Amino acid sequence: MIRGLAAEAILGPVVSVSRRLGSLVLVLWGTVTLTFFAVHAAPGDIVRLLIGQGHDTPEVRAVIAAEWGLDRPLLVQYAGYLGRLLHGDLGTSYVLKRPVTEVIGAQLASTVELAVTATALAALLTILITTLTAGRRLLTRLAGAGELLLASTPEFWVGILLLFVFSFTLPWFPVAGAGDLSALVLPSLTLALGAVGGLAPVLRDGLERALEQPFALTVRSRGVSDLGLRVRHGLRHASIPTLNLAGFAVGNLLGGAVIVEQVFGRPGIGQVALRAISSKDIPTILGVALLAAFVFVVVSTVVDLLSLVIDPRLVGAAS
Amino acid sequence: MTAVAPDDRPNGVGQRRVGQLRVGQLRVDPVLIATAAGLALTLLIVVWPGATGVADPLAADPSRALEPPSAAHLLGTDQLGRDVLARVIHGARYSVLIALAATAVGIVAGVPLGLLAGLASSWLDEILTRFLDILSAFPGLLLAMVLIAFTGPGSGNLVLALGVSSVPRFARVVRAQTKVVRGQGWVEHGVTLGLPRRVVVARHVLPHAIAAVPVLATVGLGGATLGAAALSFIGLGLAPPSPEWGAMLSEGRNYLRVAWWISVFPGLALTSLVLAIFTLGRRAQRRLESREPL
Repeated sequence: MIRGLAAEAILGPVVSVSRRLGSLVLVLWGTVTLTFFAVHAAPGDIVRLLIGQGHDTPEVRAVIAAEWGLDRPLLVQYAGYLGRLLHGDLGTSYVLKRPVTEVIGAQLASTVELAVTATALAALLTILITTLTAGRRLLTRLAGAGELLLASTPEFWVGILLLFVFSFTLPWFPVAGAGDLSALVLPSLTLALGAVGGLAPVLRDGLERALEQPFALTVRSRGVSDLGLRVRHGLRHASIPTLNLAGFAVGNLLGGAVIVEQVFGRPGIGQVALRAISSKDIPTILGVALLAAFVFVVVSTVVDLLSLVIDPRLVGAAS
Repeated sequence: MTAVAPDDRPNGVGQRRVGQLRVGQLRVDPVLIATAAGLALTLLIVVWPGATGVADPLAADPSRALEPPSAAHLLGTDQLGRDVLARVIHGARYSVLIALAATAVGIVAGVPLGLLAGLASSWLDEILTRFLDILSAFPGLLLAMVLIAFTGPGSGNLVLALGVSSVPRFARVVRAQTKVVRGQGWVEHGVTLGLPRRVVVARHVLPHAIAAVPVLATVGLGGATLGAAALSFIGLGLAPPSPEWGAMLSEGRNYLRVAWWISVFPGLALTSLVLAIFTLGRRAQRRLESREPL
């Protein structure tokens, strides 16, 4: 009996972790396959695009198709694409004629900087707001109204408002560009505010539930202050649903980054994606989409595993 | 299914809150009335923008460009001298119709998919669920952006792209609910009584499986409104000169320093519309959740 329990204690996490990793690989393979065949089924002549301004004759077409491997059967192309992908090769940009990894890599740092700052800012704001307002009627109503307003306001409009107030009316932050820290403030705040509107109500709800539970009374009777109870005990109980939603929000940041980079004229993956979409540069579009899907799937897996660490009771439930 | 039933909580904590909500629903709710009135007005503007008596949203008058709000132009004029009020009012049509159509696409494709996955044998269910996983691995607007990259901008493609990205949300909920419902007594009774499978599904499974769809659709409507505006903002939705709110904000951003009104008023219109939709959705959700669970 005891040995059985011990085996479960060790095997449980191993099983749930390996199941998660298995489905991660499956979903990634699915996204690659789906995008690859969607591209080749989509209307539009890739060879014509590659020829660009040149003469469109059958001879030229044959040469170009052979050069880019487009004359081979679709399944062979697919196998080649998968094989190269495993080596971290996303193909060559049709427009820039450079490796897609290079095109994305040159802009990656700027977007990562934006996304990481926004995530930290969103977490900080969400925890601060909920810890201070949970269980307090008037404050909850006020904060709730603010959060609903944030959720109803798209990022580009928040960004424009922030620009108008803090760059044009009050010249505190630069209007556009990247580089120093001050140029990061408004874009990351814009992204973070969008996430706070969705996250704060969920965390507050969980915190209020946690504060109603019997353990809260026990902790209080030990003489722990209200703030100590909320921060050290309440947040941990409240964090699981919020964490799931936060994983979703972090995955969404790349989509939001496209918008925010456009509003603030910041270089980054979003600008790469927009340029690729307007010029039909398919390998680059696929590269960005796969990168986003990869981040999304990895983040949600990490969140799942993190949930097991925060609430060990979930291990038994998962296996 | 989503939350622990209040009665299961220790010491009956939390029951009081649910009770108060129920009482609250019976009272006349001023927020709900204001929301409904605002949405009704919006629908009127969508159906018949001419009723407001505003100017032509496309009529340019360069001599009156970038004029601040005045009696002649209540919300000012834009960089081409077009009336901002007229453009905001005519823009409602794009936002509302595109959001409605996209949500309809999501429901029409998502509900049957969810029902099928919920009723199907385990391997088909597995395949469909994985497919939904893959579809929702593209975060946020990115799937819509990729779809538009291949189909090109325009309102039809915008509707399709936003609709397809909302399919997993509807399908997942309907699938989960179908799985709950198919195990219920009345379904078994129906089968035992010899009703054809088709009839059992249509009369006894479907109505319960789609109970959450109106709430999801309301929230989805708000999301689609935001999505359509965002895609138009980055130039993948409706292109200028159409008075789409997102496109107007995109143009207005370049004149923010000299003419804030070009951006601020379409932005306010967008926020108010989505706020009204979300408020309605939140009330509907509360009503749904406070009902007895299955």
